Amino acid sequence: MSLLEVQGLTKRFGGLVAVDDVSLEVERGEILSVIGPNGAGKSTLFKLITAFLTPTQGRVIFEGEDITRLAPHVIARRGVVRTFQETTIFKEMTSQENVVVAHHLRGTASSLGIFLNNRRARRDEAEFWESAERILDELGLGSVKFELARNLPHGYLRGLGIAIAMAARPRLLLLDEPFAGMNAGETDRTLDMIRGIRDRGVTVLLVEHDMRAVMRLSDRIVVFNFGAKIAEGGPDEIQRDERVIEAYLGREDEELGV
Amino acid sequence: MGLSTGSGAANGAVFGARQAPSRRSVALVALAALVYVVVLPVTFADSPYVLRVLATASALSVISLGVWLTFAIGRINIGQGAFALVGGYATAILSTRWGISFWLCLPLSGLVAAAFGTLLGMGILRLRGVYFAMITLSLTEAVRLAFLNGGDFTGGAPGIPIIPLPGELSLLGLRLIPGFDTVNTHLALYFLAAGLLIFSLAVVWRIATSRLGWVFRSLQQNEELATSIGIHVAHYRVLAYALCCFFGGLGGAYFAVAQQSIYPSVFGVPDSIFFILYCFLGGLAYVAGPVVGTFLLFIAFEVLHALQEYQQLIYAIFMVAVMLWLPDGLLSLRARRPTRKTPDEPAAEPARENPS
Repeated sequence: MSLLEVQGLTKRFGGLVAVDDVSLEVERGEILSVIGPNGAGKSTLFKLITAFLTPTQGRVIFEGEDITRLAPHVIARRGVVRTFQETTIFKEMTSQENVVVAHHLRGTASSLGIFLNNRRARRDEAEFWESAERILDELGLGSVKFELARNLPHGYLRGLGIAIAMAARPRLLLLDEPFAGMNAGETDRTLDMIRGIRDRGVTVLLVEHDMRAVMRLSDRIVVFNFGAKIAEGGPDEIQRDERVIEAYLGREDEELGV
Repeated sequence: MGLSTGSGAANGAVFGARQAPSRRSVALVALAALVYVVVLPVTFADSPYVLRVLATASALSVISLGVWLTFAIGRINIGQGAFALVGGYATAILSTRWGISFWLCLPLSGLVAAAFGTLLGMGILRLRGVYFAMITLSLTEAVRLAFLNGGDFTGGAPGIPIIPLPGELSLLGLRLIPGFDTVNTHLALYFLAAGLLIFSLAVVWRIATSRLGWVFRSLQQNEELATSIGIHVAHYRVLAYALCCFFGGLGGAYFAVAQQSIYPSVFGVPDSIFFILYCFLGGLAYVAGPVVGTFLLFIAFEVLHALQEYQQLIYAIFMVAVMLWLPDGLLSLRARRPTRKTPDEPAAEPARENPS
């Protein structure tokens, strides 16, 4: 059984079909990338899987259970956690506080327990701080843990976004364009970071523009165009695929107007 | 929105690094408490006017503390007057019709307001920004009209008069609090308001500095992100709103017994707006902000009474000046001094590769 199964997922916005009858499977422990030109429906697919959008049709199955109609925070609790494209962080908290707050779903104390600071609340909290520290160190953010997130150098922000997601202890981590706007050095570091996350047993599904990074990182690649899946396979296969080249570069004769 | 609540450093000192508060701030709080609970009431024991002003400021602070909690989840709440009214009427109806002791009416009024807030909040808290502000504003007016047209139940425009003063509270034959009509009533009301304020401030401070406060702030800063990490956003914002309404109800109950009457125009739209101004003036980033703001503005307003027609003008100029020069509130003056502790570790190392 695959970790995640997407079955015939469709999303229409009025007359526009953003995602058109897409099916795919994510196997345990792999890094699967979804690529495609702008507006191909990749991000919509992400939002559908994590219930930030409700699909018009189709189902999402996680570990054999239908999670299509669950609330987004419930899906996160099940272990499907997403990151965001831009610098979506808690800006007025330090890096460490960001990650501590993100441990929330692992808490065992009730709201009243937290208010009264009972034993469970104290234990949760001690654990969260320790774990946050570990996550930040592992992702190379240890040096900025006391910095207010809004003051962080740009290069750290996406790392912090991933650290926040990791605090929720995902089994499937969805990364939304983790390499966007990065230079070569940052891309290399992020590649290592994502491989490290996978090596810790987290399955990774990512949406990305940067073809080169994707080719180096992915076990498998799914290619989208106009909301539909047009190809699927290993990096080598995809690089040779006619439909993919066409989708990305356009048909040569048309491009040249011949 | 210009609602930057909470510099992480200021709040983090408590929940974050779990440092004990500095000796100076402990001393300052102890001194303020001493003045508030002992010096002021002793000095002004025989001047009902001063006691009434201070007690009113205390009770208004309780109501503002509630509003501060809705600011903490990133909502501008212009509906607090409605909940103060609900609390006031709850106490009025329970005590005059059913003869229930004020000491039971008081928590019940808070709970009735909180229950009402929970029901409403489940609907309206989905709105944000100006939409939420507008709907809460109309709520104040709607609730006032409901009480105005409530027939015999609410007593219409004159409301409910002759609410008894708080009676004696005794437990197992031990008299804890004497009946208010048997002692210096103004002093008793002062202590009632002071007790309510100390209780409310302690509760809100505890919420704000516990992990609950951090969850609230996470909603304020980014609801989508909070959802993505498994925080049940709808649940916590209703919780925050219910707590807000609880304090509104508590304050309303105080005014019902302090004035011994309640009528629909006791709390209107201007009052709801004032509660917000109190929070702004004191500083949204500080738990004590609404209290400082309330005392300052309310007392300033009383002092300016002497100036008759210029009262409003000076008041307005003062408000505009504060908004312009101290957008983070009066308490930010104190925080501007180098209290930004960055625990041992140096600041972030410079960006290794700066993209573009």
